[in-house]
Amino acid sequence: MDEIAAASRGLWSDALVRMRGNRAASGALALLCVVALVALIAPTLSPWSYDSLDWQHLASPPGRAAAHWLGTDRLGRDLLVRTLHGLRLSLLLAVLASAVSLLIGVLWGATAGLAGGRTDAAMMRFVDVLYSLPYLFVVIILTTLFPRGSLAVLALALAAVGWLTTARIVRAQTRALQEREFIEAARATGVPPARILWRHIIPNVAGPVLVYGTLIVPQMILFESFLSFLGLGVQEPQASLGNLIYAGAQEMESAPWMLLVPASALVLLLLCLNLLGDGLRDAFDPREG
Amino acid sequence: MLKLALRRIAALLPTLLIIVTLSFAIVRLAPGGPFDAEQGVSPAVRANLERVYGLGAPLPVQYLRYLRALAHGDFGPSLRQRDFTVSELIRQGLPISATLGVCAIALALLTGIPAGIAAALWRAPAGDLLVAAASALGMALPSFVIGPLLALVLGIYLHWLPVAGWQPGAARYLVLPVLTLALPLAVALARLTRASLLEVLRAPFMRSARARGLGETRVLWRHALRPALLPVVNYLGPAIAFLVTGSLVVEAVFGLPGTGRYLVQGAIDRDYPLVMGMVIVYGALTLLLNLLADLASGWLDPRSRHG
Repeated sequence: MDEIAAASRGLWSDALVRMRGNRAASGALALLCVVALVALIAPTLSPWSYDSLDWQHLASPPGRAAAHWLGTDRLGRDLLVRTLHGLRLSLLLAVLASAVSLLIGVLWGATAGLAGGRTDAAMMRFVDVLYSLPYLFVVIILTTLFPRGSLAVLALALAAVGWLTTARIVRAQTRALQEREFIEAARATGVPPARILWRHIIPNVAGPVLVYGTLIVPQMILFESFLSFLGLGVQEPQASLGNLIYAGAQEMESAPWMLLVPASALVLLLLCLNLLGDGLRDAFDPREG
Repeated sequence: MLKLALRRIAALLPTLLIIVTLSFAIVRLAPGGPFDAEQGVSPAVRANLERVYGLGAPLPVQYLRYLRALAHGDFGPSLRQRDFTVSELIRQGLPISATLGVCAIALALLTGIPAGIAAALWRAPAGDLLVAAASALGMALPSFVIGPLLALVLGIYLHWLPVAGWQPGAARYLVLPVLTLALPLAVALARLTRASLLEVLRAPFMRSARARGLGETRVLWRHALRPALLPVVNYLGPAIAFLVTGSLVVEAVFGLPGTGRYLVQGAIDRDYPLVMGMVIVYGALTLLLNLLADLASGWLDPRSRHG
């Protein structure tokens, strides 16, 4: 029965059904939506902003002061608000960087795959060379050159890392599509390459790219917090999960909640994103499941 | 095999040259360059820089001079750490970072692979769940979270180990950093070993080995393990990259005076010669270790020698 029904549905609706069957992934998706919504809305509802100081409650533990649910840091800044603010910033940067890296990767990979021949070889050789570089160090050099704490530079540096794998995936897909009849037909009827790229190639690679995109977001979050933890990313008084965890690690002897609150937020976020990514991969690629 | 090794080594040099050129170019072509007066470089250091780099010369000449100095192991003076050259800082930090890395990978291999084998052989629903939970957590717990948490529990609450710091020759100070670095790697290795061994155990040649009357132990050790460990050996390349980036965090968390600390501090201080030197050293190290991992997998798996 299932096979017959499945045959009449498209790839996307099929994937949706499989996705719903995966309890861990749907739970993660629901939780992610809640977290993202809270991170977006809550900072505007709270009487405290991420950099407002409360001199009455310096380094107060969670639950001590009624106004600060999860306590405050050394300067009396509300930890819940700062964590939510960091969550928002991390999510924003990760989504932005992933989007940029996917865009570059899709265009690069599809162009190379469509062009074929020497152009293809040269473009992919470039990707290979960049792949073999320890990219972290390139990012570190980049962060030393621009004003520190600039979010745009940070997003670009992150995106510079992410597009390589996308380009490889898309190029492989494009090469495979090249052999298909509908592309051949389009070419035979004189459709220009740019139009083939836009109308035929990109819609057909969208599925795998989307799946890879959900796997790339947690990587970007990890990478951003990593840089911020080292002091090379988001700067005080701006809060990101990375620099909150760093600040917490400095104070953990006397104020462990300053470490535990942002650390749990990061772990929860990464856990949800990874579960969601795994679920989507299984949904789009039933062979694995 | 020899041909493979030679080809890989030959491919190493251009990549290294690209790293050097890239770091040179990015630093020199940046707006408001690092050697401008407003960077607050003292006249003495400036004179040294002038002497070493010949800043008046055209860029290609400077580049060739930098390469020549590099070939002699001279990375130039540090901008912020007044009395040190970059080479001296590298010589100071490298032994600590190398000890940390070697201990961590040894620990990860010695615990991760046996754990993976045990998990594959011990087939129980609880085992599957445990493995899934451990790998999900392993992916979601980056080293900059594990490190402080371990220090909090083992150092501050239980007083078993020093929280941070370093004394030459005192192994106690290395325990937490090595644990932090090794833990995620061990989880990944265990997961990989388990999945690959399960797959091998299902293969037809395993059945025929059993059909020939070989005992379970012999089947496992003589026939299953070698092919099962192939993906694990192939994973050593990414593992090394993980180790290198992880060591930056671990050295920052535990205050170890290794090369990672110098790299990060150099980046924060905008100490360009230091950052360039460290990037080149780390780049060369990563490439070299990757080469060794490649050769190891070529040695284990005849098929990959032609790849």
